[in-house]
Amino acid sequence: MFKSLFFHIGQYLLLLKQALARPEKPAMYWKEMMRQMNDIGIGSLIIICLISVFIGAVTAVQFSYQLQDSFIPAYYIGYIVRDTTIIEMAPMITCLVLAGKVGSNIAAEIGGMRQKEHIDAMEIMGVNTAAYLITPKVLAAIVVIPMLVCIAAFMSITGGLIASVAGGMITQAEYVLGLQSFFVPYNVFMMFVKAVVFAFILTSVAAYQGYYVKGGSIELGAASTQAVVYSNILILLSDYMIAMLLTQ
Amino acid sequence: MIIAENVFKSFGETKVLKGITTSFYAGKNNLIIGKSGAGKTVLLKLLVGLLAPTQGRILYGERDFTAMDEKAKRAIRMEVGMLFQGSALFDSMTVEENIRFPLDMFTNKTKKEKLDRVNYCLDRVEMEGVNDRYPSETSGGMQKRVGIARAIVLEPKYLFCDEPNSGLDPKTALLIDELIQSITYENNITTVINTHDMNSVMGIGDNIALLNEGQIAWQGNKDEVMDTDNSFLENFIFASPFLQRLRSDALANRRS
Ligand SMILES: Nc1ncnc2c1ncn2[C@@H]1O[C@H](COP(=O)(O)OP(=O)(O)OP(=O)(O)O)[C@@H](O)[C@H]1O
Ligand SMILES: [Mg+2]
Repeated sequence: MFKSLFFHIGQYLLLLKQALARPEKPAMYWKEMMRQMNDIGIGSLIIICLISVFIGAVTAVQFSYQLQDSFIPAYYIGYIVRDTTIIEMAPMITCLVLAGKVGSNIAAEIGGMRQKEHIDAMEIMGVNTAAYLITPKVLAAIVVIPMLVCIAAFMSITGGLIASVAGGMITQAEYVLGLQSFFVPYNVFMMFVKAVVFAFILTSVAAYQGYYVKGGSIELGAASTQAVVYSNILILLSDYMIAMLLTQ
Repeated sequence: MIIAENVFKSFGETKVLKGITTSFYAGKNNLIIGKSGAGKTVLLKLLVGLLAPTQGRILYGERDFTAMDEKAKRAIRMEVGMLFQGSALFDSMTVEENIRFPLDMFTNKTKKEKLDRVNYCLDRVEMEGVNDRYPSETSGGMQKRVGIARAIVLEPKYLFCDEPNSGLDPKTALLIDELIQSITYENNITTVINTHDMNSVMGIGDNIALLNEGQIAWQGNKDEVMDTDNSFLENFIFASPFLQRLRSDALANRRS
């Protein structure tokens, strides 16, 4: 059990080292990165927006329920929605969803190429396949996912506004007052740190799962599932560690 | 020239290759023959470095390929073209993009120069005008030819073909053989071909190595095949009664 764990960690790190090479042809890497940015970014926009609106709305409703009959002023709802969203919900939920959507896609794409000998064919041409197949995806994710997280945060806060005003909990002015209260810019920094780290985890773990896939379609399916499971676990783990480190 | 020196390969307990020593020459069609499961594909993958030998070395000319790190291997691979048993065309790219891929990756040619080269290679394999088709829209024989075109696009010094004509009708198979042969002779390429097709053996076998039980059981050229008294080769080549009769007729004719 531990032996296999260490084997995978070692193999994963070696793969990353191999992926960190000078590109044979930067233009090809650039083209691939653009394609990935489009796939990850535009392709995930709608689902991320939809989920975020509801998360903001639910947060607002739940907190207003908890604040009922308490001495805490109602405009705190805006403040609470803003901070839970920025610190935790936007980066984490976005990346868990993307691990399912983008991660499984990357694992299946690279794994399929491995099984159909496309990776071997590229190796024979002299291509550093670890670099060409992985680096553009990771870089694309590191650029695009923080943007998505930003949009997710905005949508979530908007969702909170809609829910609390429509639900008659507070007025729009109160909500906005809450949003403007006790603002700590450092929290936004934390959000971006999380977004970048999670983006790196979900793409590189998925690529690793695909790159070393063996066998046939059952193994490919398993690799794609494992990509999601492992990156979810690692995202939650690193979320905890970042929280510990950055809130000292 | 490529030299295999005492090459062993095992997968766990299974010993596939048990001490292969042989040479593959420039400007010749070097054939590796042997029955299905003999280890032809494994040997080819060892030669190009997709697998590492358990023991022994592989030399490209003077250069010890086995001892090289990944980076140095990649430099050698720039001189290598390979046709895979299943063609291994990139299925989300068109035929043209497939052949152009090595050019895009490794050359600074202009768009026009690349297109000219792609079209030349397509022309060379008699496949002009299919640029915009996807591999799934072409037949198996066409895919093999596109695979050859992609393998030769960077003008390799070494060409590896894994069963280039398996699954093709005899006429197309012959055409592919002739194609590989003329490309080999024209450019003085060291070509290594895996096959169990007897027409290929008799047609283009300049240097034939018979693989049996993980060892080389016989080596020679196509002219020596007819006169062989090697029992492994006899068993392998003249497997069918039809071929046996043909051979005895030929030998009888020669005597009379
Ligand atoms: N990755 C691997 N792991 C374990 N065993 C393998 C592996 N690759 C090949 N083998 C074994 O090596 C032997 C030789 O296989 P190989 O594919 O080289 O045969 P071949 O001569 O190319 O056959 P064919 O003509 O059918 O293509 C087979 O018995 C196979 O089971
Ligand atoms: Mg084979």
